[in-house]
Amino acid sequence: MSVIYLLLTLSIVVAVIFFAAFIMATKSGQFDDSYTPSVRMLFEDELVKSSSKKTEKIANQKDENQKL
Amino acid sequence: MDKVRCYHCGDDCGKNPINLKDKNFCCVGCKTVYEIFSNNDLSYYYDLQSAAGAPPKEVEGKYDFLDSSNIVEKLIEFNDNGIQIINLYIPHIHCSSCIWILENLNKLNKGINSSQVDFPKKTVRVTFNSHKVSLKELVLLMSRIGYEPYISLDDFDRAKKSKDRGLSYKLGIAGFAFGNVMFLSFPEYFEVGEFWLEQFKGVFRWLMFAFSLPVVFYAAQDYFISAYKGIRSRFLNIDIPIALGILVLFLRSTVEIIFDWGSGFFDSLTGLVFFLLLGKFFQQKTYSYLSFERDYKSYFPIAVTRITSNNTEENTQVYDIKAGDRLLIRNGELIPVDAILTNGNARIDYSFVTGESEPVEKISGDKVYAGGKQISSAIEIEAIKSVSQSYLTQLWSNAVFQQDKSGSFQTLTDGIGKRFTIAVLIIAFVSSIIWLILDPSKTINVFTAVLIIACPCAIALAAPFTLGNMLRIFGRHGFYLRDTQTIEQLAQIDTAIFDKTGTITTAEKGNVYYEGLELTSEEESLLKNTLRSSNHPLSRKLYDMLAEQNIVPLEEYEEYLGQGIKGATVKDSVKIGSAAFVGHSDIKNRDSTSVHLSSNDQYKGCFIFQNQYREGVEETFKTMASDLELAILSGDNAGERANLTKLLPEGTPLYFNQKPDSKLQFIKTLQDQNKKVMMVGDGLNDAGALAQSNVGIAISENVNVFSPACDGILDAKNFKSLYPYILATRKAIKIIKLSFMLSLMYNVVGLYFAVTGQLQPVIAAILMPLSSISIVIFTTVTTNLLGRKLKSEQSSWK
Repeated sequence: MSVIYLLLTLSIVVAVIFFAAFIMATKSGQFDDSYTPSVRMLFEDELVKSSSKKTEKIANQKDENQKL
Repeated sequence: MDKVRCYHCGDDCGKNPINLKDKNFCCVGCKTVYEIFSNNDLSYYYDLQSAAGAPPKEVEGKYDFLDSSNIVEKLIEFNDNGIQIINLYIPHIHCSSCIWILENLNKLNKGINSSQVDFPKKTVRVTFNSHKVSLKELVLLMSRIGYEPYISLDDFDRAKKSKDRGLSYKLGIAGFAFGNVMFLSFPEYFEVGEFWLEQFKGVFRWLMFAFSLPVVFYAAQDYFISAYKGIRSRFLNIDIPIALGILVLFLRSTVEIIFDWGSGFFDSLTGLVFFLLLGKFFQQKTYSYLSFERDYKSYFPIAVTRITSNNTEENTQVYDIKAGDRLLIRNGELIPVDAILTNGNARIDYSFVTGESEPVEKISGDKVYAGGKQISSAIEIEAIKSVSQSYLTQLWSNAVFQQDKSGSFQTLTDGIGKRFTIAVLIIAFVSSIIWLILDPSKTINVFTAVLIIACPCAIALAAPFTLGNMLRIFGRHGFYLRDTQTIEQLAQIDTAIFDKTGTITTAEKGNVYYEGLELTSEEESLLKNTLRSSNHPLSRKLYDMLAEQNIVPLEEYEEYLGQGIKGATVKDSVKIGSAAFVGHSDIKNRDSTSVHLSSNDQYKGCFIFQNQYREGVEETFKTMASDLELAILSGDNAGERANLTKLLPEGTPLYFNQKPDSKLQFIKTLQDQNKKVMMVGDGLNDAGALAQSNVGIAISENVNVFSPACDGILDAKNFKSLYPYILATRKAIKIIKLSFMLSLMYNVVGLYFAVTGQLQPVIAAILMPLSSISIVIFTTVTTNLLGRKLKSEQSSWK
């Protein structure tokens, strides 16, 4: 069997995989809202737990200072 | 000095800003929201966009109906084992800060699992654990941070429909097949008779056949359905030659590869369907956050408070209200049914039912109508009708709300489709007959080639691309249309009917002038101080208008409901209110809204509130009058007749005291005289007329708040652009007609090849995309030029 059959099969299989991925993405609603994700990706990363504790501590200290 | 702006909402803080950590706030509400955010590590909210917030509104008791599990059940999308999902519409969503804070709701309450904002739709989808937080608590939390969801009767019985993504799938399939088929057909374009090609062309051809199957039977099915419907109703639409072209392409190609006559036209076939669907997709621009389908349900609450026979309060669904039920209507709540006022004094704002801007006072025993909004303290009413039988809601039982306007309208493309189909069929038959005489073996070849090459792909693309682009251009200029068909209809109108209140007048700033004896400075000071204490809308307007005065404590202050107010210091007293209240009998300005004033029981004069007309009303009407028939249809009294006659072009008919139903009938009568009517209105009272008219345009001060069902929403700021917009639609139609000519030229070239029997697949494969692409470029460039012209016109006014 000629190698071209193998190549054709491979290329079509790859194409079909991507096509299936597109259909699944559409189905899950990925393309319903094309605006919000563009904004979302620009947000700062989530604050790391420890740093949030730190700010809490600072806030607590501030409160205590105010009480004093 | 600069005004002090609130750190949270950006409003003017006035004279006494509330200070916290070097930041100024206009009210305690804004300060509280700031505290909530900063205590929960969410102050990033203010870094993203400054002053993005809204002051939280008083919601005490407003969402008590969410305690009822029956109602909650209908609102939530998903409920399983304590995990609930709800999609809430939040009108305030407007910037990236809003997205950020709403997607971090879980930091404010541990019961919230996740939330996702859909910015164009202004909705947030919240997944929460109902064991930890109830829907009511969730809604209250969001209201507390200034993001109050809008829950109306519309949410209640909305069927949980899934979004229609059919077109996306079809476009995906057509694109996928088009790409692959082009790939496979490419070798045969140039190399004919080459050894390896001869070896494998069978495989290539049958693969192309396989790829074209889903395109013909799935992606293109809408064209077959539409063509079938057209034939059945004896109406030759543009989809008939398209469907015929697709079918012939597929059958001839299949026959060709079966008998090994050629490579077939699978490339043209898939390309055609792909381009056609692309046009459809482009046309489908929707403003998802604007709704053009609203009826009274979007305004009505889901539940109201009913007082049971043993004097306890309970929440009841509005559809369950029966005649005889006693209801409690709080400040700011809507009266859902026609009823009799039994307890309390009502001041009811009927502005979106009648268009009347001033609230009406009602006393116990009076009849109140559904749709009014109570704007003073709580009242008790007794229902005399159910919701669906009330005066306002009955308007929606009129047949115009049931029929689909788009069904009866013949678009330009369909209009040309008829002639086109006939012409193509004639050419196909005539050339086949000629070939039957010359060379019978080529007859079928020529017949199918004509149908293939004449497939009006470019014609079918002209309208979607022109109108779709116009739709976007209008959207950028504050004119939002429901669909592309509206543009075609707008280009045809010859009559324009306007509502008065809220449409050509603005609600924002009324003109107030004083008529009478001059006031001394003491009197002015006393007047201002008296007005300060009153909450009546007219008092507030007057108060804002008068010059600043020092605060003087009043010795005596009394408010007489429905009559006026009285204030006094040690030596002077002042009375403000109706003519009778201040002891004045000579009534001159009976028709316009006026407030009379007397000082120490001596009549001084009156303040007259004049309707403020929108900027550019006069010029707009003047320019329109030469082209369109105009009329004013107002629900108001005739008080403004004199003013309007002065303002508008001579002979413009004015109609006053029009009920919602009579407005609808008025439009209908005009249409019976074969007029194409545009109705411009704003309130629910125009809803019938807007639905009946050929094009119903709603004017809106803020496009995010609700406007009645219509074909288009015009931002009130751009009122004076209305006529240029209409002219632009006419130019758009001209562009489409030019594109038709252009694509017909391509068809003539193609037909030459087809009729002479020399149509090669490669020619079809070049000609079809070439004509489509040149049409797309032509329409896009010309509409953008049109848009640029609109923009320069608009900026020259400013």
